[in-house]
Amino acid sequence: MRLVTARPTWPVIALTVVVLIVGLALPYLATSFYVSVVTQVLVFGLLAMSIDVLGGYLGLMPLGQAGVMGVAAYVIAYLISKAHWSWPPAVAMALAATLLVALVFGLLAVRTSGIFFVMITLAEGMLVWGLAYRWSSVTGAENGIRGISRPEFATVYWQYYYFVLVAFAVCAVLLGLLVRSPFGLVLKGIRDSESRMRTLGYNVTLHKLLAFLASGLFAGIAGVLYAWYNQFISPSAINITASTEAVLMVVLGGPGTLLGPVLGAGVIVFIKNILSAYVARWPTIMGLIFIGVVLFAQEGILGALRRTQVRTRSGRVQLHGEKAWDTLGTSSGSSPL
Amino acid sequence: MGHAWHLVGILTAVALLIGACAPPLAPGASQSSGPIKVGFIAPTTGTGAASGNDMINGWKLYWKNNPSPVGGRQIQTSYEDTAGDVNTAVTKARQFVEQQQVDMIVGPLFANEGLAVADYLKTTGTPGFYPIVSADDLTQRSRVDNVIRVAGWTSSQPHMPFGEWVYDNQGYRKVLTICTDYAFGQEVCGGFLRTFAGERGGQVVNQLWDPIGTPDFSSYLSQIPSSGADFVFALQVGADAVRFMQQWSQFGYKDRIPLMGGEVLVDQSLLRSMGPEAEGIVSVGHWAEGNPAQPTQDFDNAYLKEYNQLPSYYAAATYSAAEWIAQALQKVNGNTSDRKAFLDAVRAIELDTPMGHLKLDEYGNPIATVYIRRVERRPDGLLWNVPIQTFQGVSQFWNFPPDAYLKQPVYSRDFQGLPDQLKALGLQ
Repeated sequence: MRLVTARPTWPVIALTVVVLIVGLALPYLATSFYVSVVTQVLVFGLLAMSIDVLGGYLGLMPLGQAGVMGVAAYVIAYLISKAHWSWPPAVAMALAATLLVALVFGLLAVRTSGIFFVMITLAEGMLVWGLAYRWSSVTGAENGIRGISRPEFATVYWQYYYFVLVAFAVCAVLLGLLVRSPFGLVLKGIRDSESRMRTLGYNVTLHKLLAFLASGLFAGIAGVLYAWYNQFISPSAINITASTEAVLMVVLGGPGTLLGPVLGAGVIVFIKNILSAYVARWPTIMGLIFIGVVLFAQEGILGALRRTQVRTRSGRVQLHGEKAWDTLGTSSGSSPL
Repeated sequence: MGHAWHLVGILTAVALLIGACAPPLAPGASQSSGPIKVGFIAPTTGTGAASGNDMINGWKLYWKNNPSPVGGRQIQTSYEDTAGDVNTAVTKARQFVEQQQVDMIVGPLFANEGLAVADYLKTTGTPGFYPIVSADDLTQRSRVDNVIRVAGWTSSQPHMPFGEWVYDNQGYRKVLTICTDYAFGQEVCGGFLRTFAGERGGQVVNQLWDPIGTPDFSSYLSQIPSSGADFVFALQVGADAVRFMQQWSQFGYKDRIPLMGGEVLVDQSLLRSMGPEAEGIVSVGHWAEGNPAQPTQDFDNAYLKEYNQLPSYYAAATYSAAEWIAQALQKVNGNTSDRKAFLDAVRAIELDTPMGHLKLDEYGNPIATVYIRRVERRPDGLLWNVPIQTFQGVSQFWNFPPDAYLKQPVYSRDFQGLPDQLKALGLQ
């Protein structure tokens, strides 16, 4: 699954095969509980990857992504549970609604960078949350929407796991192709120097908008998968805390590495759901890990792993995600449009 | 490059084929010997932590005072923190059911946690007991058979007799409501107005809705004197309630404008951090720690001795739930593997708890005792709620026929049980 190196080396292929086999055989190896936890990792991993497109590759960290996910989750919840639509049109409508919201906020957000971008995405997330929280006749307010039935072929936990696994794999490949395409390279260029890219004749605003839409689309897919995961959606799943946690996954795993955020999602979901059964002070552990990453491995877990790899090999100097921390645009040398 | 990825692709296809046909492991069922395992989920971190800890305290106290095995089996409770998060709550319930094969789930605190966990328990059939979660629809319009509100309540339940009492006994006719703007606040306020306005014909001069976490109530409080209301009905929760009562007093409204409180506005959990501003406040509840009845006083004293504070409704409800479940377990001789028999035994129990006489209606919600209470100061200086009027046998439908009642939608900002709203729905 690793698409970083053009020629996969044998260790990488071996690792990929092992991950694939474990992933596919999981329902036979683990109990239903662990299968559900891994399903959750995949859903949040996808959300984290959608953040990484903006935060890691474009260098603009969105702080309202759980809200974007929430648009899709609420639309599909309403259409399936209350309007009794069948799932294919409901999914299409959910993703369309997410894209529409992403377009509206994208048009505002792409004109900004740095802290202003963060504020607009924060507002985006808060608005969706506010609607979910207040518009009780549609969203059920704090009580949420229940009974979001899954597609008939994915009702049992292990069927749903395979369903999410396939969706995740397809999205991961698409995202991998996206960030390695010429389009993805332009995003990185904008991250490193917006003014230079503009001088070179690239339409920076358009690229930012398209990245925003792509990020929104994948967050929407994560939202659909999330709605089906618990078959329940309520405002607390999409609030600012949820958005921040998703950003933490990206930062923890390694911004600008795409698979790193999935790793980050795995760590956070693991701490919240499994470690917390044994350690009462699990939030402290989460905090310590985060402080450790910020102090000693600013490029995240995957970034740190790659750094050691780069040291052992020669020739590769440029790191993925090296500049990802520069979300405030201090080195971009550009001013907002 | 292509060669290696072809290999991966072929392997994937093969694995997918294998994965698609064989059945996986089934989750385990509960056992009929060894200890009876209880999975207790409550927030012990985050905003609900104080209430969550009270829940755990009440539950623990019962089993500490009654340690003998039930039907020959010991009770073994494991506690998990939901952090007030829906996703975590469901995962923890899943862990209890699928990993630890618990015989029952007890908890959680918040309505959304409870609703999500109920939907999960529906798929496994594991008994779920909810002493706290009060979302009306859980035992009304969207019931789950194996989820029972043992020693629990619906948000609107105590407020329906309260609405009539205020109209009939206090003689008030015009109300201004100020309730927290979320499902619980809307259901509480709706229950009160359903009888005060919908039945008795009292007038609603204004309804104010403050968002949860309101830092300053000035803008709401300043609207009250000119509104023409006889009295104010208020429902705030947590730290909001503490701030609200302080500002109510600072504005000089105390003892000048009658204030009728919904349940939890002056719950014992909050009285601990309130002062003179709360004294004399009248509110309603299905729990009154100042009830002179023997079971209540015994529980108060035991709790005071153990935790050095008076029990809140959260503690009283989980304590009573423990008593209820213990009696049901005796009935079935500790055999929890026959879930239907166990749940039927739970449904058939009738008992006198610190909260008063309790039994279930056929929808899985207690027919409870409701108290109109006044905050008074005890000789030892602590504040508590003393009943001034008691309603026995209050159902979640009050005096309405359940079928007719269930035709109205659940209370929300759009439906508060007002006469014109009932008329528009053809219910009056």
